[in-house]
Amino acid sequence: MAAEALKSDFGGKAHIALNDPKLRANFRRAMDGLMTKRAAQFADADEWNALRARGAAVRARALAQLPELLERLEARCQANGIQVHWAETTAEANAIVLGILQAAGAKRVIKGKSMVTEEMHLNAHLEAHGIAAVESDLGEYIIQLAGEAPSHIVMPCIHKNKVEIAELFADKIEGQAYTENVDELTAAARKALRGRFADADAGISGVNFAVAETGTLVLIENEGNGRLSTTLPPLHIAVTGIEKVLEKLEDVPPLLSLLPRSATGQPITTYVNMITSPRKAGEKDGPKAVHLVLLDNGRSRVYGDSELSDTLRCIRCAACMNHCPVYTRVGGHTYTFTYPGPIGKILTPQLEGLDCAGDQPHASTLCRACADVCPVQIPIPDLLVRLRTEAVHPSATAGVKGGGSAQSLSESLGWRGYTAMYGSPLIYRVVTRLMGLFGNWVPASAPMLKQWTSVRTKPKFAAKSLHQLAREKGFSHD
Amino acid sequence: MTDPRERILARLKAAPKRPIPECPAWSAPTYGADERKAKFRAMLEASHADVHEVTAADWPDRLKAILAAKGVRSMLYAPDSAAGRQLAAGWTGDFALVPYDHPVEDMKEILVTGVDAALTTAEAAIAQTGSLVLWPSADEPRLMSLLPPIHVALVAEETLADSLAEILTAQNWAASMPTNAVLISGPSKTADIEQTLAYGVHGPKELIVLLLNAGDGR
Ligand code: SF4
Repeated sequence: MAAEALKSDFGGKAHIALNDPKLRANFRRAMDGLMTKRAAQFADADEWNALRARGAAVRARALAQLPELLERLEARCQANGIQVHWAETTAEANAIVLGILQAAGAKRVIKGKSMVTEEMHLNAHLEAHGIAAVESDLGEYIIQLAGEAPSHIVMPCIHKNKVEIAELFADKIEGQAYTENVDELTAAARKALRGRFADADAGISGVNFAVAETGTLVLIENEGNGRLSTTLPPLHIAVTGIEKVLEKLEDVPPLLSLLPRSATGQPITTYVNMITSPRKAGEKDGPKAVHLVLLDNGRSRVYGDSELSDTLRCIRCAACMNHCPVYTRVGGHTYTFTYPGPIGKILTPQLEGLDCAGDQPHASTLCRACADVCPVQIPIPDLLVRLRTEAVHPSATAGVKGGGSAQSLSESLGWRGYTAMYGSPLIYRVVTRLMGLFGNWVPASAPMLKQWTSVRTKPKFAAKSLHQLAREKGFSHD
Repeated sequence: MTDPRERILARLKAAPKRPIPECPAWSAPTYGADERKAKFRAMLEASHADVHEVTAADWPDRLKAILAAKGVRSMLYAPDSAAGRQLAAGWTGDFALVPYDHPVEDMKEILVTGVDAALTTAEAAIAQTGSLVLWPSADEPRLMSLLPPIHVALVAEETLADSLAEILTAQNWAASMPTNAVLISGPSKTADIEQTLAYGVHGPKELIVLLLNAGDGR
């Protein structure tokens, strides 16, 4: 599978992104707008603090009871007529979705926005089996036309400006003339997609919250494509990560008050869609069958570590990436995998393994902007440091995939030498003396030094160390 | 143990038990009686909806006038709802009333492209976010508030609550969730192209709220 062959190359891709002025302008403008709008929503610090404390607790409570709540969710959904499936891997989840579609004879699928199906690379899998899946969220539709991956988890085509979109539409939508008018571009997408909704044999969506108490799937969106995908076709398949469960219906309001405000600075999304069952006898619309696919894909392993499992509190609002000085400059595609930005930097290495995404926890200045805005108080910087450590010194309990993969003989020797030097006054004196005498002869291009000096000037060593000077001035040992 | 369900649950159950944290106090905002309606209107209007205050007696005529002025030629309605019956009784509008009286499979054409507007009622309304609460039913199906370019929603002022949290508790939703419940807070919109707002991307381009004044029947 394509997904398993991916390997992070943050440094290489960041270099390309940083030298792309158009990309940088697109992200800068978008992130500035999103930050300003979010700040206006949470101007009242007391309200923000009380609300996010509640939001974090609601998520933490759900996770503390995760296995029991998943069983309750399953039982309630089944009692409501929703069929529940469990998938340990993305390959299993793809097979389940394909199986449901094939059993129903479905050939045409319309999709609401779902990051989990991106994580699964579901569209490619369906296409390989002769099923066309059309993305209906405007942003997703645009990148599907362009053959690209989302670069942001809430606004997937944020890396494109309207000129690029105008060219794309004129090129790919039949009969569409070139226009940069946003209303006209939007109308063109509406027209092109209306027919696809009407023809679709099935709709596939994600889930924002799955309520165990009632077996209700909560989906939020602005466009109405999510409601259409889950209402018009005769079959609805919802796909979600196992961590999205909530204990009670009353847990929804505080999170609903945090998610859209954090994401786009809106008080609420246009639609909050709560689905509890397939069409009942006598009802005139709604899918006749609803399926829920619960995807693990490494989440249960993340759950095994009581610190790292805070990652699973995430409600995918994207505030962390909107405020990240690194993400803003390099954009979402630099992160290679589905989830970019700070949340991606802690989630991807855990799902995919430190051996293939181990560079991501290092792509951070640890400035804590992400932790400040995270509505469920995930201590992202602490988890980044923890993952850096796991890559070198894997702890026995955590079992992070690919833990220890960054161990290197030269690095560990280097640190051992460093420890020895600072542990012995004699060695310290000898080494500093040697540095003073010969340090300036070492060329900046020497092995190991080279990487460091490639972006910095090599410092000049003083002929005499501070200790030496002090001693000559007559200061005693301490 | 070859079943993915068993394996996933076993791994989750094997994880170290963690204490269930307390839920810190939090309450949704509350408003005074006058403030409530003003907030509801202001929030809805800020999200590009039109709000008209109407009475039990005059709303059908008001609706007719508003939609006729927009050049509406046909409107989907629910023939078996109380509002639908009131509207249809002696209908002499400038435009046609189209009943949603068959399953979607039998009238897809009409629903997808054949009507300009639709009328639904709302169960309740929320001041905090300017939201309508719809519980679509056999009489008033889900697609009515979604497919036509104009959605008109009739909501009684006395159902106006402060917050979703208040409604969930007061009406004990957890005991009886319907097939589908939906909050609507404006017309369909997107900002996917350069963060520029555009309306009516997939759902209605316009949301018209008829706020039915309590009692007096002016
Ligand atoms: S980690 Fe926090 S800020 Fe980032 S997407 Fe998740 S909930 Fe939002």
